[in-house]
Amino acid sequence: MTAIWFNMALVFELLAGVGFIFYLIKQQKALFRYSSWALLGGFIFHTIFLWDSYMATGAIPVLEFRSALSFFSWSIILAYLVFHVKFRLRVLASFITPFAAFLMIISSALPNTNGPVGNQFKSLWLTIHIIAAFMGNGMFAITFLGAIMYLILERSIKKKKLGSFYSRLPSLATLDSINYYSLVYGFILLTLGMITGSIYAQFIMGTYWKWDPKEVWSLITWLSYAVLIHERLAVGWRGRRAAVMSIICFCILIFTFAGVSLWFGGYHSFENLGARKAL
Amino acid sequence: MIKIINIGMNHDSAPVALRECLATDPNNSTKAFDVMRNMECIKEAFFLSTCNRVEALVVTEEEEEAKKKVISMMAGMGNLPEEGLLPNLYILQGMDAVRHMFMVASSLDSMVVGEPQILGQIKEAYAGAIRQKASGVILNRLMHRAFHAAKRVRTETGICESAVSISYAAVELAKKIFHALEGKKVLLIGAGQMAELAARHLLSHGVTSIVVANRTFDRALEVAEIFKARPVYFDEIVSQLLEVDIVITSTAAQDFLFTYEQVKACLRKRKNRPLFFIDIAVPRNVQPEINDLNNVYVYDIDELKGIIQINVEQRKLEAVKAERIIQEEVVKFEKWLKTLAVVPTIVSLKEKAESIIAAELKKSNSTLAVLSHEQKQAVEILARSIAEKLLTDPISFLKGRSARPTLNNYLDVVRRLFNLE
Repeated sequence: MTAIWFNMALVFELLAGVGFIFYLIKQQKALFRYSSWALLGGFIFHTIFLWDSYMATGAIPVLEFRSALSFFSWSIILAYLVFHVKFRLRVLASFITPFAAFLMIISSALPNTNGPVGNQFKSLWLTIHIIAAFMGNGMFAITFLGAIMYLILERSIKKKKLGSFYSRLPSLATLDSINYYSLVYGFILLTLGMITGSIYAQFIMGTYWKWDPKEVWSLITWLSYAVLIHERLAVGWRGRRAAVMSIICFCILIFTFAGVSLWFGGYHSFENLGARKAL
Repeated sequence: MIKIINIGMNHDSAPVALRECLATDPNNSTKAFDVMRNMECIKEAFFLSTCNRVEALVVTEEEEEAKKKVISMMAGMGNLPEEGLLPNLYILQGMDAVRHMFMVASSLDSMVVGEPQILGQIKEAYAGAIRQKASGVILNRLMHRAFHAAKRVRTETGICESAVSISYAAVELAKKIFHALEGKKVLLIGAGQMAELAARHLLSHGVTSIVVANRTFDRALEVAEIFKARPVYFDEIVSQLLEVDIVITSTAAQDFLFTYEQVKACLRKRKNRPLFFIDIAVPRNVQPEINDLNNVYVYDIDELKGIIQINVEQRKLEAVKAERIIQEEVVKFEKWLKTLAVVPTIVSLKEKAESIIAAELKKSNSTLAVLSHEQKQAVEILARSIAEKLLTDPISFLKGRSARPTLNNYLDVVRRLFNLE
């Protein structure tokens, strides 16, 4: 049953992704409407899938790379939906949904390894840790895509060649404020995720901080975003420089998310999580 | 025979100086409505006065008389001799007048084709006409059709999306940079029609405050007067960079007014808020390298023209489409206007039937007295429906012939047949 929900979510999110790309090209509102329904449907199926997995194992389904990617994708869509309510920017969907759908495709291509889950994963602290960290990642994904949109538009205005993106993208000021809001919310969530994570570590392993590769890289990511926020608030960085910096930060974040977990080992690594070994 | 006449002048037909004479007094429209309503020869009137055009639209049966009166009224408003005004006026009649009004409302006749303000100005003027009871059946219909045509042009063509004007392009760019222009500050340096038009456009898009500088402070005061702006000394312009968001330069200076170093120095103090230079001057007033600075955008006149050029081809196609829409609407209006000619006859036909029914019922009053109230009503309804049935065919016959050139013959026959005089 769980697999069906996953596949339904995959299909609907793919449809929405393709639909939103066509919307970007054709600029027909009907396309946006249909794609939005598809996305909402996909999101609901995705939520059911996550709930189903959670009920089946008792732990949030992020223990192997496949599930982690799908949870990431879900977080991004949730972050988009929140932003859509606030900003009502249609073009945002054309960038975010394909990205979320892309993560789902990778996720679906990976082998499905289900198994019993150790009791140490069934903790409320862990649940909060994971949800906060992933929602933070989702917000940062919006920061990242907003920054890319900003750079595209800024370039076309600076080069004085107003291409097809010029009329399709919102104003620089809007993109910059999307960048700013998602950055602030993402940072709050990431901080919350790290604090709850260390509290959880204290419960399970008796220490708040273990210098695990994931911990170290998360700290690096957190520090990079902290620098960006500081520059924005105190120095008044905005626009291009802030956009470039948030793209760099997101690259670090992706490396922390995927690279570190796959290659560096440590108790956060998918190898160890997937094997459900005791910590 | 009723005629629709349009007398007016626009940016094409008359120079600014002349248009200004007529546009100075904001109460002109009210006065015009007053004057025209009291003219014997004018049945309905509409009057529009903006900074770019003056239009008088009247419905009359004595066209020569009406024309003369309207022209002398316009001359009186601007304190101008009639002979001086005449060469700058256009006089349109019948469907040409209707088409012109539709074009004006759709912003196809504007200096900045596609600019959206004109429709609002016409609606306001029309509301004035209604308040003063100057418009009637024909102009009400005409204006509503004009609004409809404008709406169609706006939604069905791309003309309004990309107005072909440099100042409009500048405003569009400013919006793309700042999103909303509300609360933004503009520094206008120098004078000239183009710069003032750009400033005016920015104002109408929400810019609230303008600062004006000029080499001669007196001229700055003059320009400031027009925009209700604040004049500053020419030496202050660089320090003003800390305050403003948009700078329009249009001076005859041979050197740059702003250099790369000057602008770079003020960016940090501005907390990197975006700064947009619109350089209309030739030779340029703003050093082009300033565009390389982060959050600063510089467009000179050629570059503004360059971004407009992109959609010239597409605009031509859209213009054809817009013309077709206007033509469709004019034809529809013409059709309606023609049915108007049959309306008086139809009305008198119905009146005649009504009076016959009333008279006959009165005659039979004594005989019908024995009937109950309901029965009396039934008899009345019966009489009325017989009359209506009898008239249905002649009326639909007349309506069907309303567009034919021979309509007047039919009208004549019907009037004689039913003895309607």
